[in-house]
Amino acid sequence: MQSGTAAVERVFREEYGRLIASLVRRFGDIDLAEEAASEALVVALEKWPDSGVPPNPGGWLTTTAGNRAIDRIRREKQRDAKYKAALMDYDDTAHAPEGPIEDDRLRLLFTCCHPALAAEARIALTLRLLGGLTVAEVARAFLVPETTMAQRITRAKKKIAVAKVPYRVPEAVDLPERLSGVLTVLFLIFNEGYLATGDGDPVRDELTGEAIRLARILRQLLPEEQEVAGLLALLLLTEARRQARLRNGTLVALDEQDRTGWDHTLIAEGHLLVRECLAVNRPGRYQILAAINAVHTDARSAADTDWSQVVTLYDQLTRLDPSPIVALNRAIAVAELDGPCVALALVEELPLTGYHAWHAARAELLRRLGRSAESKAAYDAAIATTQNSAERAYLSRKRGELV
Amino acid sequence: MTHYLLAVHGPAEMDEFGSYGSKEEMEEAFAATGAFNDTLRADGYWVFAGGLQPVSTATVVDGQGDTPVLTDGPYLETKEALGGFWVIDAPDLDVALRLAAEGSKACRGKVEVRPFDGIA
Repeated sequence: MQSGTAAVERVFREEYGRLIASLVRRFGDIDLAEEAASEALVVALEKWPDSGVPPNPGGWLTTTAGNRAIDRIRREKQRDAKYKAALMDYDDTAHAPEGPIEDDRLRLLFTCCHPALAAEARIALTLRLLGGLTVAEVARAFLVPETTMAQRITRAKKKIAVAKVPYRVPEAVDLPERLSGVLTVLFLIFNEGYLATGDGDPVRDELTGEAIRLARILRQLLPEEQEVAGLLALLLLTEARRQARLRNGTLVALDEQDRTGWDHTLIAEGHLLVRECLAVNRPGRYQILAAINAVHTDARSAADTDWSQVVTLYDQLTRLDPSPIVALNRAIAVAELDGPCVALALVEELPLTGYHAWHAARAELLRRLGRSAESKAAYDAAIATTQNSAERAYLSRKRGELV
Repeated sequence: MTHYLLAVHGPAEMDEFGSYGSKEEMEEAFAATGAFNDTLRADGYWVFAGGLQPVSTATVVDGQGDTPVLTDGPYLETKEALGGFWVIDAPDLDVALRLAAEGSKACRGKVEVRPFDGIA
């Protein structure tokens, strides 16, 4: 019975984004959609463990939740006229495509990632409505109390409803910029999972997994957008190294990782996407980052890495995004090509004194230059600016190796 | 359709050219705002708009007691204050935001977009 319940919940979670998105399209109300979906889950939990999961569980859930939503509208006749209008407009057929891209989840993703919403609310709404995470799970993912997260989500949903944030894929002219906002949200979800900012679990694979799942959906829906392919490739090639990246609660740096522990299926998939991007040749930020990761995952060992290719790619990225963080990562690659002295000069001039990775990069370069005392101080500064336990353990170990 | 307030905030204290640096800038902003108003009307978004005199001309009235209590000056003493506004009728927030961006460029100020709860 327990396994039956777990199976129902797994199917529900997988279908959740599609279910909510189609209910929002039909009834124009996120709260109603969520209530109807959770009522459908209750029915599924009653029936499926005995009768088995229906052949088309998504369709079953959509029909059941749709009926529940209509019941709810009928019951709550005192609620305002827009529900009645929605009921009158009620349309169970697939709606006519309005543009080249048509999927309810895509519309909902653009609504959740709307630039008029606060950045943290976009991430929370995306995980809640498309990822199907509960409010408690989203709260845990971002280390805030559940009531705080509930308020954040409620406030964002109210703004969507009252200010009429549209439920629609942006017009072609606005698409690149709006899509870039969506990709940012997915990348942030992934990064929070890959190197958690707080002092809890250092790696949160439920978040990296969810970001990849959403990126795959986006890739399916927008096959022509190379930046989507680039982001998916970047996430896959990064995720492929996850198992080798942590040993006994300590982060393992790229040059020390056991490369046989990498996930070669994910790497093959990522490389295929990168090659596709190269063939189309419309480079963007995520495609370049993916290409850099393709170079790393292509090398049998750290020493075999084609560092000149990595630096060339960072040069290309710098032209698109001349940020100090890109410059820092470029400097780390330059160290492998031109030596730590050249790289240190590049690192020193960056305004990143509050950023743990800047201190860590400096510490590493100073260590390689034999400047132990300065290196130790830099490791201390790096440890002081990160809360991630695995990273702190790694930095402490490196610091301890200095004489 | 939803009614939105597009509120333009600017410095509470104004010199002879309003919040603009020079006579020319002021005249350019007025002309651009006039042209923007014309497109709002032509495209059917227009409800009402206006520019306000500086906050130093404001009077606060509290009529909740037996006799109204009058206070010279604005309700809130702030460095920035409402300088003018548009009320528009738009199908959704994306349209309102696009119009706000055009209005902001025309009048040379930041624009706050807020949906109305209701309109009489």
